[in-house]
Amino acid sequence: MKYLCLVYLEEQRLHAVPDSECVACGVGLRTSGLLIAAEALQPVDTATTVRVRNGRVSITDGPFAETKEQLAGFYLIEARDLNDAIQVASKIPPAREGSVEVRPVRELTP
Amino acid sequence: MTATDPVHETVNAVYLSDSRRVLATLIRLLGDFDVAEEALHDAFRAALEQWPRDGVPANPRAWLVSAGRFKAIDSMRRRARFDALDDVGDKADIAVDDPAAWADEESVEDDRLRLIFTCCHPALSPDAQVALTLREVCGLTTEEIAQAFLTPAPTLAQRIVRAKAKIRVARIPYQVPTHADLPERLETVLRVIYLVFNEGYTASSGASVTRHDLSAEAIRLGRLLVELLPEPEAQGLLALMLLHESRRTARTSMSGELVRLDDQDRSLWDRGQIAEGTRIIERALSSGRVGPYTIQAAIAAVHAEAPTAAETDWAEIVGLYDVLSRGDSSPVIELNRAVAVAMRDGPEAGLHLIDAILERGDLLDYRLAHAARADLCRRLGRTADALASYKRALALTRQEPERRFLERRLAELDA
Repeated sequence: MKYLCLVYLEEQRLHAVPDSECVACGVGLRTSGLLIAAEALQPVDTATTVRVRNGRVSITDGPFAETKEQLAGFYLIEARDLNDAIQVASKIPPAREGSVEVRPVRELTP
Repeated sequence: MTATDPVHETVNAVYLSDSRRVLATLIRLLGDFDVAEEALHDAFRAALEQWPRDGVPANPRAWLVSAGRFKAIDSMRRRARFDALDDVGDKADIAVDDPAAWADEESVEDDRLRLIFTCCHPALSPDAQVALTLREVCGLTTEEIAQAFLTPAPTLAQRIVRAKAKIRVARIPYQVPTHADLPERLETVLRVIYLVFNEGYTASSGASVTRHDLSAEAIRLGRLLVELLPEPEAQGLLALMLLHESRRTARTSMSGELVRLDDQDRSLWDRGQIAEGTRIIERALSSGRVGPYTIQAAIAAVHAEAPTAAETDWAEIVGLYDVLSRGDSSPVIELNRAVAVAMRDGPEAGLHLIDAILERGDLLDYRLAHAARADLCRRLGRTADALASYKRALALTRQEPERRFLERRLAELDA
């Protein structure tokens, strides 16, 4: 089963964990076959939100909600169950600076 | 009809004693709470039909698990539109089903622990943990739980549906936590049980001081947990609940008013529960791993041992609060310690400590902090301060007998 681990950090903590540590974490997870994909994201002020309403594309600056923590990166992992996914999430380095939201992936029905 | 009555009684008795065990095993075998619940009901329906005709099986529990499992697989296959021929084959298959694979004592007892830990999984909200535990582990109906928590039944039903959906969709596994996770996960289970107990013991709102059924349910849960997993803190919690419970009759007057600990008629305390609680604490203490529940139980035991309020060993109680706050310092523990200090050293010393907590900005909305402060001011003759604090406590309380108690105090002071 796939889980998406969403890493949230406060703006000023975005670089609190050295990149090298995050790279090492990703390599470790990939070697043990748990990792499907992982990326870090640019800060939220580089974000653009796209909506389509009544067939018209609307583009706005940034994310809709003003929150203290922002999405800083993600890990898409393969885990047997939620307990295993939590195990993995707790080893993601930024978990000690911000938070990691663990979401089960929904398989689309074609 | 008369001939079948003893069998009906047997089925009822088995339902009371074993339905939760059967459910716990069915959840493991079928992998889904809702499917298992339906299977449980089908199994008991089958028992009502077949036992009067074929006799009560030697191992009713194994029979029920087997019947429930068969019914569930049968209806799953029917839903999947398997044809009739397959059905015949399946029935033959079930007849030779080997109960030894799942019916041995150890795996069945483990199923009950699996059920407890799954219902109290930290990925579920605390409200959902409580509702699900009472529903699945204790077998209370949704209506009973709703009534006990003064929550509308549809809200509670929704809470349970969402929790089960999360277990299924996020795939919360049906297992006893690993050794490494156990202390933390056990803490959640103990918190759920204590919450249920407290809701029954000092109902946070409503017309009466206590709601007996919830406390009894929590004690039953505590006993089950100690039986399945004899960890010192599980024992500590059970002892704590028994010692509180021993004072139930003495806590309320005939007219339903709240009676404070020092005014209680100690001859009404349940000596059997006190003896049992004290025995369990000794066992927990001898483990050498002493946690907060065990220390709180030890404090309750000091009260229980005092023949009169005046003879309470307050020095011992303050000492125990010191140990408690070393492990887990919270403003509420500090408040309780302050009250014990007031009893040991006089109201002035206690008031000083309570004021320090409130000045820090802690417990400002906690009714018992203001009630305790009011009581100490009253004893010191500081009537204006006492009145102000009683009024603050009164504004914060949502419980009828407590409101009446505070109003009485206010009236006495005003006079």
